[in-house]
Amino acid sequence: MAFTGHFEEDEATVANDPISQFNISKLLQLDVGGYDISFTNSSLFMVATVAASAAFLIFTTSGRGLIPSRLQSISEMLYEFVAGLLRDSAGSEGMKFFPIVFSLFTFILVANLFGMFPYFFTITSHIVVTAALAFGVIGMVIVYGFYKNGLGFLKLFVPSGVPGVLIPVVVLIEVISFLSRPISLSVRLFANVLAGHITLKVFAGFVVSLSGLGLGGVIGAILPLAFAVALTGLEFLVAFLQAYVFAILTCMYINDAIHPSH
Amino acid sequence: MPDQSNDDQSTNGQPKDEDLAKRLERLKSNLDGPDGMAAEAQRDEQLRAQRAHSKAGIAQAFRLSSEFIAGVVVGGGIGYAIDKFFETSPWGLIIFLLLGFAAAVLNVLRASGMVAESEMSLKTVQDQQKKVDNRVSDE
Repeated sequence: MAFTGHFEEDEATVANDPISQFNISKLLQLDVGGYDISFTNSSLFMVATVAASAAFLIFTTSGRGLIPSRLQSISEMLYEFVAGLLRDSAGSEGMKFFPIVFSLFTFILVANLFGMFPYFFTITSHIVVTAALAFGVIGMVIVYGFYKNGLGFLKLFVPSGVPGVLIPVVVLIEVISFLSRPISLSVRLFANVLAGHITLKVFAGFVVSLSGLGLGGVIGAILPLAFAVALTGLEFLVAFLQAYVFAILTCMYINDAIHPSH
Repeated sequence: MPDQSNDDQSTNGQPKDEDLAKRLERLKSNLDGPDGMAAEAQRDEQLRAQRAHSKAGIAQAFRLSSEFIAGVVVGGGIGYAIDKFFETSPWGLIIFLLLGFAAAVLNVLRASGMVAESEMSLKTVQDQQKKVDNRVSDE
């Protein structure tokens, strides 16, 4: 892919450019069999995300108090939230998929929240990452759907009660609709995070540029500063909601795979 | 006496107890009434449901646009690929872009709940309804 180190820039231009926060830089050069698998800052933050969420869950639940401590109840709320989500949309049969839905939700949520720290890299702002997650989910749904229902899974594309003449057209539309799922799943997460971070950076950049213009500029900078503060709040909402949307759609697709037509 | 303004006959000890009982009852009925504690709990419940609903609403708003775009993009992509492989340009792109548009509208209608989520889940719901109906008729 294109982002393999062509983006090395001189440090001076980094400050005011809203895009440079998404640059990938190699931390450890690795080359296996002609493939570039270098350890980048993106990989570093993925590892950090997994480590932080795993450490938090292990640490907070290690007490196993009957009366949960504050941190333990955060973990329990997280568990119950995802479990409720999955049970509501896929039924108790879907609970065998709980580990993957929980992991996805926690990973995306923690990655998004990590991105809210200044100078941190936001891994969900790269479509490669979100597309890998989305195609993983859809691949799992397809494999499990065929494993569970055999060829009956294909009935997903043939709605009942359609006149025979229209069936080819309807099947084509249904197939396109199914294929658009991973695209919309990945594009939504990536686009929201990317756009939010760029907007935030642009407004923050206004503050810096304006306040360099003297007293009038400093007064004028109040407005973009207020916007930047408000946008930060909005970004926290988006960080949570995108993880929520990703998780709930995963649950709905799992529901498609496990509930066969009779 | 302040009590007399409240009740018409409170001259000795006995009626005063009755008075107290009456007032307690009134208090109880007020608590259970339209502005009482039970009603407050109910309102709390409604508020919580509303809040959950609005969260789902925002989540849905995020869905709609991307569902539409994805449908058109996938349709156009398939059409373009068919044109490349079979050299049928421009017919593949024209037909599949239109089909992609139809799929996109279907996606949006599904995301907004105007069309059943999918044929399968609709059937499960119908079957569950049937099972419930059978159980009711058995009893």
